[in-house]
Amino acid sequence: MSSATSARVDEVDEASPDEARAALGPLFWVCVAWLALNVFGAVFANVLPLDNPLYQNYSLVNAAPSLHHWFGTDDLGRDIFSRVVFGSRVSLAVGAGSMLIGFGIGAPLGMLAAYRRGRLDALLTAVMYVALAFPAIVAVIAVLSFWTPRTLLKIILVIGLASVPLVYRVIRAATMSVATRDFVIAAKVQGATDRRILVHELTPNVAPIAVSFLLIGVATVVALEGALAFLGLSVNPPTPSWGNMINEARTVMSQNPWLVLFNPPTPSWGNMINEARTVMSQNPWLVLFPSLAMCLLLLALNFVGDRLRHHFDVAQVKL
Amino acid sequence: MLRYVVRRLLTLVGIVIVISVGSFYLIHLLPGNPATVILGTGDSPANRALLYKQLGLNRSLVAQYVIWMGNVLHGNLGVSFISQTSVASTIRAALPIDVELIVLSQILAFAFAVPLAMRSARHPDGLVDRLLSAGSFTLLSIPPFIVIVLLVLVVSIKLGVANTGPSSYVSLATDWVANLESLSLPAFTLALGSFVLYFRVLRSDLIATLQEEFITMARSKGISHRRIMWRHALRPSSVALLGTAGVNIGGLLAGGFVVEYLLAIPGLGYTLISAIASSDYLLVQGIVLVVSVGVVLVNFLFDFAINLIDPRISRE
Repeated sequence: MSSATSARVDEVDEASPDEARAALGPLFWVCVAWLALNVFGAVFANVLPLDNPLYQNYSLVNAAPSLHHWFGTDDLGRDIFSRVVFGSRVSLAVGAGSMLIGFGIGAPLGMLAAYRRGRLDALLTAVMYVALAFPAIVAVIAVLSFWTPRTLLKIILVIGLASVPLVYRVIRAATMSVATRDFVIAAKVQGATDRRILVHELTPNVAPIAVSFLLIGVATVVALEGALAFLGLSVNPPTPSWGNMINEARTVMSQNPWLVLFNPPTPSWGNMINEARTVMSQNPWLVLFPSLAMCLLLLALNFVGDRLRHHFDVAQVKL
Repeated sequence: MLRYVVRRLLTLVGIVIVISVGSFYLIHLLPGNPATVILGTGDSPANRALLYKQLGLNRSLVAQYVIWMGNVLHGNLGVSFISQTSVASTIRAALPIDVELIVLSQILAFAFAVPLAMRSARHPDGLVDRLLSAGSFTLLSIPPFIVIVLLVLVVSIKLGVANTGPSSYVSLATDWVANLESLSLPAFTLALGSFVLYFRVLRSDLIATLQEEFITMARSKGISHRRIMWRHALRPSSVALLGTAGVNIGGLLAGGFVVEYLLAIPGLGYTLISAIASSDYLLVQGIVLVVSVGVVLVNFLFDFAINLIDPRISRE
């Protein structure tokens, strides 16, 4: 190791004790609480005392917010609050699911490439470089427009795979900065196996970076799914006029949560905003509340991710 | 420099080939017999024979790719059986609108990002800097499709400004004032997203540059702050900015889909979404190919521009 690198390593080591880290601040915990509330609402939406998000009350259409309907009702008399809570399921499922795929594939490959270097690294990095040059949004739209019918699982799979090169790049860079540090070399000298070094030495040090990047990644995916749903390219919710289907969807909703994953009964936020745009002039609430819900979720995710990144003193990585 | 450009060009060709293979393979993702799906309402024995000849559908995949690629290289992206028009001419009609939209949005974004980043970098952590940084961070979390919906709600519906609502697009050739009006909201939406990115990148690079010795030197010579910013600090600080701009403008080609869709502006995005809705798969395939290659080309051009600004990069 050259003297220049070891000098930098010393700096990093001195800067890492807890008191030197950037404070998280109260706003961080507010955002964490907001995220927890969102996840809670999405998971327990059908247990919570919410109105049926599909029930149409024709005597109360386009109502303004009130005590009975906190966010008002839509053009078919459905409760907007309940629809917004149910709608978070699709957004969060796509965000969490595709990042699970992206990190599940990209992170181990990135760590392995950064640790082993050599031919494996050169090959993987070249492949990922080509994949990164391909505009991911166009690829996702293209695949989803041809690969019909669109289900939630397909969307998660396509976005997840599209995110692999990006995750690979970030994790590889993060691992490289750790892999040359003294404690890794010490472990190698002691004769630790590669597997032990990867799992016990590298993973705990890369994990904080991965978590902060994961949250920002979820935010990006939630926004992407919103845009896809807005364009009508996400899962298609049942059309309200098919009364029977809604009844079926309702029984499915309470009995088999897994089936809901394949064909969710409520639209995602992006879809709600898309449907609302035609009645925007009569009922602005219909646009405002899903938009607000999405922006607040994205803000909380970005803020928590950003704070964590500063806290763990990670060099800026762009998504 | 020349070696660097040649190497980048070879990579570019490789990536374009990968893109073409991907776009070619798209039609085989269609469920069932691709010919039946592509022909859609235009299904007749004559059309079917034409399509088989056009795509070589009864041949091997490799042979099909060679036929398709040969046609593409001659500027022939096929004839849509849904709209009975050539895909290439549809794309040629739509593309200028996207280019105009992107140029407008970039002028707006840079016009605000550069001066504001300079103002922020002058006193890092000062009141203005903290306000601008917090504001830009918040804007970062508002996706463009929400921005455009809210803008339409406020500007064209509540305030009733003419020519800004859905389906009010006027072409540049008809009336340039009305054209600018009809593109103002989408251009602003795209500009907002770009502004946030450029502001954040340029601000942090300017702060770093202003601590360099040559800036202290310039200050001690009594050069005005404005001149130091524009003549001394901007160029060395704009490498990352240009890199970001390259990736971002490429993304705007695709990101413009959303704003065009809402306002029914007949650019590539709107054409693409309508084509998907009417199952016009050959048109979708053509647009995907053109947009992907366009994005890669834009990235390449910006890499080249970065080299002109900082020639050290090509020597590494």
